[in-house]
Amino acid sequence: MPRILLSVFVLMLFALPAFAQDESAGPTAADVMFVVNNTWMIVCTCLVFIMHLGFSFLETGLTRAKNTVNILFKNAAIVGIGILTYAICGFNLMYPGADFAGAWFGFAGFGVGTDEAGLTAAYNPGYTYWTDFLFQAMFAATAATIVSGAVAERVKLSTFLVFSVLYVAIIYPMVGMWHWGGGWLKEQGFHDFAGSTLVHSVGGWAALAGVMVLGPRLGKYNNGTIYPIMGHNLPLAAAGMFFLWLGWFGFNGGSVLSADPGLVSYVSVTTTLAAATGLMVAGMVSWVLQKKPDLTMILNGCLAGLVGITAGADIVSPMESIVIGAVAGAVVVFAVIGIDRLKLDDPVGATSVHLICGIWGTLATGIFGDGASITAQLIGVAAVGAFCFPISWVMFFALHKTMGLRVSADEELRGLDISEHGQEAYAGFQIFTTN
Amino acid sequence: MKLIVAYIQPERLPAVKRALAEAEVWRMSVMTAVGAGSQGGYQESYRGAEVEVNLLKKIRIECAVNDDFVERTIEAIVKGARSGKIGDGKIFVLPLERCIRIRTGEDGTHAIG
Repeated sequence: MPRILLSVFVLMLFALPAFAQDESAGPTAADVMFVVNNTWMIVCTCLVFIMHLGFSFLETGLTRAKNTVNILFKNAAIVGIGILTYAICGFNLMYPGADFAGAWFGFAGFGVGTDEAGLTAAYNPGYTYWTDFLFQAMFAATAATIVSGAVAERVKLSTFLVFSVLYVAIIYPMVGMWHWGGGWLKEQGFHDFAGSTLVHSVGGWAALAGVMVLGPRLGKYNNGTIYPIMGHNLPLAAAGMFFLWLGWFGFNGGSVLSADPGLVSYVSVTTTLAAATGLMVAGMVSWVLQKKPDLTMILNGCLAGLVGITAGADIVSPMESIVIGAVAGAVVVFAVIGIDRLKLDDPVGATSVHLICGIWGTLATGIFGDGASITAQLIGVAAVGAFCFPISWVMFFALHKTMGLRVSADEELRGLDISEHGQEAYAGFQIFTTN
Repeated sequence: MKLIVAYIQPERLPAVKRALAEAEVWRMSVMTAVGAGSQGGYQESYRGAEVEVNLLKKIRIECAVNDDFVERTIEAIVKGARSGKIGDGKIFVLPLERCIRIRTGEDGTHAIG
């Protein structure tokens, strides 16, 4: 007991000078706001990071048990690739600075780094340079994760990783620069709050190209009949949806780029309303269309609503966010079924959710949003599509001709876990090995 | 009456089911199995250590049929399961003493069909 008292006394001695200082030159209100803003942005960075867990769960759940190791390996690798490439060149490609305002392309050099000013409110009242980098780096990785789900269960691991590196290191930040980096789309008056187009469509276009070049999984289409290939763990897929929704509070909430109480809470409300409506409407549409309500559709519907609201979360009204979510929820069900019938085999519905609903959300922002113009939104959607789809198609095709894009039929039948990794995800659950 | 037991590669199951349906054999039991044969095993690795896997995943199909259905059942299974490679599987034909349908209490060849 005396020792504790002594410690308290010593601590008070240290504290005294601090109190004395406070009276003369304490932290100003602006200093406190800077700390609060920066803390919120770090929280949002962590939330966007959690989305990678959500993607991993969703993709694992919606594919077969024999490809689980492969899916998880890809999802883990993409986080690494996204963050590293963003540090090496992505951040400086996406935010090259005022020198490149209005341009198509800008690059401020390799690597990341800042002087003292980058750590103060002089850099930005909302966050430090490092917070800025980390928050944006978490975004970058999500664009490649979208592709991962669409090409699942048949893509060759090495080729996919090469594609991801190129896409996240160059294409994603280049397109992002057009708007968020102060490029030409910004000049056009394009509005994409948190990335319906710049993140989700960019990933979605690559997903579509990948699916087209790869072809469907073996056994999916036979003599004109569609044979559904069922996911092996719907509890995991559902958990994935919940984690993605959780992460979206950071994805959209952080895109306010400060802890502005009014805007952060407003954006969180529109985001949540769109997710809730997307979920309910997709559930109802699937109930009518498929006779019975389909859990995987309700999961996709929630994500569709989230992707849809992402472009305009800050400028549409709560009622309009419900409309955006409702249309996204309905559209995604038709898109999943329609894309399947076009013989484009997308195991997790990534093109329907991220591409189709990303486009819808961007256009909806032009229709409903205060001060947004539908023309500018159309230009943005078209430009991103005209750039990302051909270039990712060419990349996939070139990789297909050189490295090979797809595993052999035998490897695909046995499962990518054993053929690509020599491992099993559920060793012990099935009597599958003896030694 | 015979009990036909076949071990096949898992990925051939849809083709075998189709062939059996064409041969008008609708009734079957399917279960997963692991087994060792002349196909040999393969290697897995876990955290740097090699694991030898010698029991491979197979599908076991059982069909109880009347004598006049035996040949066409065998033919259908062969047609669906054969790829020409080692590991396509085996078919065993066993005598079947009795067959009773639980619902009606029927006994014998009627109970199978």
